[in-house]
Amino acid sequence: MIAIIDYGVGNLFSLKSSFAMIGADAVVTGDADTIRSAERIVLPGVGAFGDARKKLADTGLDAVLIEEAKKGKPVMGICLGMQMLFEKSYEYGEHEGLGLIPGEVAAMSGRIDPQLKIPHIGWNALSLRGSHPLMKYVKSGDCVYFVHSYCAVGCDDAVIATAEYGMDVTAAVAKGNVMGCQFHPEKSGEVGLAILRAFCEV
Amino acid sequence: MITKRIIPCLDVRNGRVVKGVNFEGLNDVNDPVELGRFYSRSGADELVFYDITASAEGRKLFTDILTKVASEIFIPLTVGGGINTLDDFERVLSCGADKVSVNSGAIRNPQLIEDAARRYGDQCVVLSVDAKRVGGSYHVFAKGGREDTGMDALAWIRRGVKMGAGEIVLNSIDTDGVKKGFDLEMLDAVCRIVDVPVIASGGAGCMADFVTLFQTLPKVDAGLAASIFHFGEVKIADLKDELHKKGITVRRV
Repeated sequence: MIAIIDYGVGNLFSLKSSFAMIGADAVVTGDADTIRSAERIVLPGVGAFGDARKKLADTGLDAVLIEEAKKGKPVMGICLGMQMLFEKSYEYGEHEGLGLIPGEVAAMSGRIDPQLKIPHIGWNALSLRGSHPLMKYVKSGDCVYFVHSYCAVGCDDAVIATAEYGMDVTAAVAKGNVMGCQFHPEKSGEVGLAILRAFCEV
Repeated sequence: MITKRIIPCLDVRNGRVVKGVNFEGLNDVNDPVELGRFYSRSGADELVFYDITASAEGRKLFTDILTKVASEIFIPLTVGGGINTLDDFERVLSCGADKVSVNSGAIRNPQLIEDAARRYGDQCVVLSVDAKRVGGSYHVFAKGGREDTGMDALAWIRRGVKMGAGEIVLNSIDTDGVKKGFDLEMLDAVCRIVDVPVIASGGAGCMADFVTLFQTLPKVDAGLAASIFHFGEVKIADLKDELHKKGITVRRV
């Protein structure tokens, strides 16, 4: 069973439906015991880092997630959920992340050509780095769907895929059993479903 | 680089997809779920569903259909039509929509844009504008293009973006249904004043119209159309191939 952590941030309908589509048993839950008994954990998230981080802390599920990740359980953060896996974010202030992957989250504005629109929104091509199992069904050039204004930086060792948008945007990361996608696999058509399938197999 | 998006638009009334010429003379075309699945498979980058139902029963039917579409189709979904309040945002977002398009509801109550952007984020709020040339300027039309509000379209769009609209759909009533190409002049005027994505709507009749759109106006992010896709006059996969051949970055499946 896959636990999709529900901490009151964003809409989990598509994520749950996409796991159902690939035949995986996924539940949306805010219950610590359900998360502990799951084989895999997904940390979703949309909106601002500070709010989401606070909501996750208020539920006490951040401690559960960290504990399960340290036991070696596969964890995948999606979009803001991926950003929260890092040590720190500079979105509207400075916020502590979960610290599961070294690196931090910073504004794209100022790092890219000012002609480029922010947020980075739409379909963009992946460039794979190495051959991580999460990416085993996809290839460089496959497009996925992004919506974000902040991105992970200083995490070179963990980057498994990038997308070109005035810079090499961190698209997917992995450190041991902890993985993350900046893009939305649940909105990325067949390519996205293939990545979720790969996550179910790691 | 971000790819240029091709977006089929499905007008839904009483559970069926309809498309009128110049907003009149509606005729049934297809089932929304079937059509959505077909478009997703053939490479559509996003789907727009407009609820043009007037009744409460029709609205219920629409949300049922939306839920079904969203549980089977994993590309971004935008919903518009009858969005007047934050409750309407909530209603369609909870059925699996990713973005919500406001039009007449925002004209009546512009604050809706700001309230929704604050609650759901700018990326969630699409301002859809039906505009038409009136005496040397562009006017905003309401009620599906039937009523001249007298508002200047460029001023309205600028204001909408300032209030938090994350994307603009510009539908030119002058070119809609005519199938002789997008309204490049009107689109150019809008691209010059905003820095959020602009989606061109109204007037596509063939593949060359999309090539012209993206070559002439590189700041336009997407092209939206309905009947030419529904009736198979333009196949999305062929269109993507054609755009790619012309050096325009697109996502191909």
